[in-house]
Amino acid sequence: MSAFSAIGEHAEHDRNEYTPGVEPQPTWCPGCGDFGVLKALKGAAAELGLSPEEMLVCTGIGCSGKLNSYFDSYGFHTIHGRSLPIARAAKLANPGLTVIAAGGDGDGYGIGGNHFIHTARENHDMTYIVFNNEIFGLTKGQTSPTSPKGHKSKTQPHGSAKDPIRPLSMSLNAGASYIARTAAVNPNQAKDIIVEAVEHDGFSHIDFLTQCPTWNKDAKQYVPYIDVNDSEDYEFDNTDRNEASEMMFETENVLNEGTVLTGRYYVDEDRPSYQQEKRRIGEIPEEPLAERYFDEEYEWERVYDTFLDKHK
Amino acid sequence: MTDDELIWRIAGGSGDGIASTSQNFAKALMRAGLHVFTHRHYPSRIRGGHTYTEVRVSADPVRSRGDGYNFLLALGDSFARNPQENAYYGNEEVKPLSENLDELDEGGVIVYDSGLLDTDDIPDFDERVEENGWHVYDIDLRTIARDHGREVMRNTAGVAVTCAIADIEPQVIKSLMEDSMPEKVFEPNMSVFDDAYDTVREEFDADAPDVSVPAGEHDEEQVLISGSDAIAYGALDEGCRFIAGYPMTPWTEVFTIMSQNLPEVGGISEQVEDEIAAAALAVGASHAGVKAMSGSSGGGFALMSEPLGLAEMTETPVVLVEAMRAGPSTGMPTKPEQADLEHVLYTSQGDSHRVVFAPSNAEEAYKQTRRAFQIAYEYQIPSIVLYDQKNGGELQNVPASVFDEEPNADLGSIITEAELEDAPHDPSGKYNRFQHEGEKGVSPRSIPGQAGGRYLATGNEHMPAGHISEDPDNRVNQVNRRMEKMEAIRADLDGDEGTNTHYGPEEAEYGILTFGSQQGTVEEAIDRLNDESHAVKMLGVSEMAPFPVEEVTAFVESVDQVLVVEMNASAQFRGLTQKELGRYGEKLSSLLKYNGNPFEPAEIVDGFVTSIVEDGTLPGHETKFVPAASD
Repeated sequence: MSAFSAIGEHAEHDRNEYTPGVEPQPTWCPGCGDFGVLKALKGAAAELGLSPEEMLVCTGIGCSGKLNSYFDSYGFHTIHGRSLPIARAAKLANPGLTVIAAGGDGDGYGIGGNHFIHTARENHDMTYIVFNNEIFGLTKGQTSPTSPKGHKSKTQPHGSAKDPIRPLSMSLNAGASYIARTAAVNPNQAKDIIVEAVEHDGFSHIDFLTQCPTWNKDAKQYVPYIDVNDSEDYEFDNTDRNEASEMMFETENVLNEGTVLTGRYYVDEDRPSYQQEKRRIGEIPEEPLAERYFDEEYEWERVYDTFLDKHK
Repeated sequence: MTDDELIWRIAGGSGDGIASTSQNFAKALMRAGLHVFTHRHYPSRIRGGHTYTEVRVSADPVRSRGDGYNFLLALGDSFARNPQENAYYGNEEVKPLSENLDELDEGGVIVYDSGLLDTDDIPDFDERVEENGWHVYDIDLRTIARDHGREVMRNTAGVAVTCAIADIEPQVIKSLMEDSMPEKVFEPNMSVFDDAYDTVREEFDADAPDVSVPAGEHDEEQVLISGSDAIAYGALDEGCRFIAGYPMTPWTEVFTIMSQNLPEVGGISEQVEDEIAAAALAVGASHAGVKAMSGSSGGGFALMSEPLGLAEMTETPVVLVEAMRAGPSTGMPTKPEQADLEHVLYTSQGDSHRVVFAPSNAEEAYKQTRRAFQIAYEYQIPSIVLYDQKNGGELQNVPASVFDEEPNADLGSIITEAELEDAPHDPSGKYNRFQHEGEKGVSPRSIPGQAGGRYLATGNEHMPAGHISEDPDNRVNQVNRRMEKMEAIRADLDGDEGTNTHYGPEEAEYGILTFGSQQGTVEEAIDRLNDESHAVKMLGVSEMAPFPVEEVTAFVESVDQVLVVEMNASAQFRGLTQKELGRYGEKLSSLLKYNGNPFEPAEIVDGFVTSIVEDGTLPGHETKFVPAASD
């Protein structure tokens, strides 16, 4: 009998189950794209048949960091940029958990950029949703790593001299095995992508375009988007690394010119996840580690019996 | 020079096998019934450069490296040579000999490898030998090694020479080599050993110097353990099965030992991108229900400041170890200092709290690491094991029975699914994980995956269910509850016996207060001072936070004056003592050392007699005396 009976509890789940019974109500601004992420995540969780208690949603700081306040599951609202190391350790400790990390573009591509690169490189089995609205929202409108070159803000009064981060290309080069871009303006595509990402065994990166009506009125995420997987103009094989790379480059070049392309850019089903690799070389136990602490039958090793001989 | 003890120094270049040879030497003598203590000196480079290890051997227990030494085995900087014969990088070839002469006792022994070292390169060598009555053995260890095996076996030849001169039964060493070497290597090593041993016996008067190893016997089985081993083993016995880290000297030793042993017991070790990630991973694993640890040295620990605060705010148990080295910044990577005390006590923003233990030797390191885990998991608070390069790296014999303890995998204050059914829940449906009514400030936590236990852990101030809140009443309640833990922990630690160490006569005129790695050296100084009719006792404090105010107050009140001995320039431990006690500034003076080397017992004896008893001024600049506030 598992100490974690919520895990693997296969029941019908309604999307409303992931809505907290009473407060807190979202504090996001009217028209904020973050509502779209919340909606898509609830839809995906219901479709996946996940019980709220087998999900751990780890977030960073900023408007996006409040996601797990409004999504009813286990949650860890961490600190700026640090959702990934906390999330991936939780998954290592208990592989039965469905672990989703989320944060903003500053959180994920700026202050947490190092963690992003390494989590992708190691291909941890988890999903990472980056709320990309090209602006710092909660600190009131500063230029972010994805803001276009020339973007003016109070901290970049002459316009940013920096080219923006290219999140999809960065993710591909770092080693993520599932990479998609979706947008708050299409919650159905977003939901489908989250479902796929969670089911994918490996690191799934979703660059989620979210509009910020308060601080980034210039952003182009409002314009109609094109689903590259459905459009004949953009036919490509998203399991082919080179083709995916080319498509990403094209997308990332035109995003700020008013053409928004979304869809699944890269899917690698063959690459083993980090957990699989670690298990293969004997560095991760077969049974979930967290279960062991609740197993009264388990015999804990003693240093005296196990390791002391070499010191005698 | 007496028969009491041998202090054997093996010197060479980094990469010469100095560490492994000295370790085997120490272990062999421990097996022969003696007490051993090692001291390492090494530069921050990979190959070459001057390095040595001392092995102090005595029939009585030894607690420090001692003063000076009486036997030098000088090998060459073999690995500083490039592949071309006789071509060296730099000009350090005679350092194993030249750098070590200052501390060699009168009448001591010098063995050097005449195949690699030439005393003509050292000015005044012959005069100094004459002046000090040193016994010099020039033996071509390199050729002996080459003749029977390979050049790297020079170490074996050197050990054989030591046995011949210091009357160590060769079988003591040989049997250990047999245990630790594959047969293919063992045979040539034996030939090297015998040839070197016979050479001394035949060509020199080996009985001339009065340097020998005493006979000894242990009452019970001993193990040779470093502080780093002891910390790792304490963690493993306490059920820690997850470690995350980033390499940094000297913390790397604990990380390495854990990484090598964890897979065998079904645990997980993660080497990650930086120290922020390392501490965050430990927090994440603990949140998910596994006993977890991380650690670093000063500069890396600085990066852990934010996950440390997050662990406190989310009440996630975690153990961090901090291996101090000389700072600020990257300082002196391979030299010990005790100057991160304030860093560890006060880092992280806000009214944040953590528990800090500072063990003084391997036995304490094992016990206090276990205690650090118990406190962390029982009280849902970060706890820190603070040690330094000295106690991390030195080897000493410890009774094996110290480790003969039951394992403990208790996660502390958690709640089961059955209990969750009746537990108070928030109207939002979440479990009230951060209730105000918790006993001793502790509110039981649920683990992700448990039915009925979902809550939000957050670094923001939060309501009982974890929802973010700036409500003033809730804020005060939450802060009070988190602070209440420290009082409860203090009361709990007061029930522990022997965490802080009292040493010396109960009735004493003077006291010495110290912490961490200097304690053993102070104990030895206390013995000598009392032998010289000074009435002095010691309190070695291991509980840095929460501070044992009552115990330290009683100690300070029981003596006229207190000398605080610590390895830093700003008297951080004395400052902490004064802050916590809130008085007695007029009684506390300081003896400080911060040149990268730990205290030797004689320095403490000198410092005490010169500054406290005679009210004089310390000679030289190795140690510094800072008088009490009233002086």
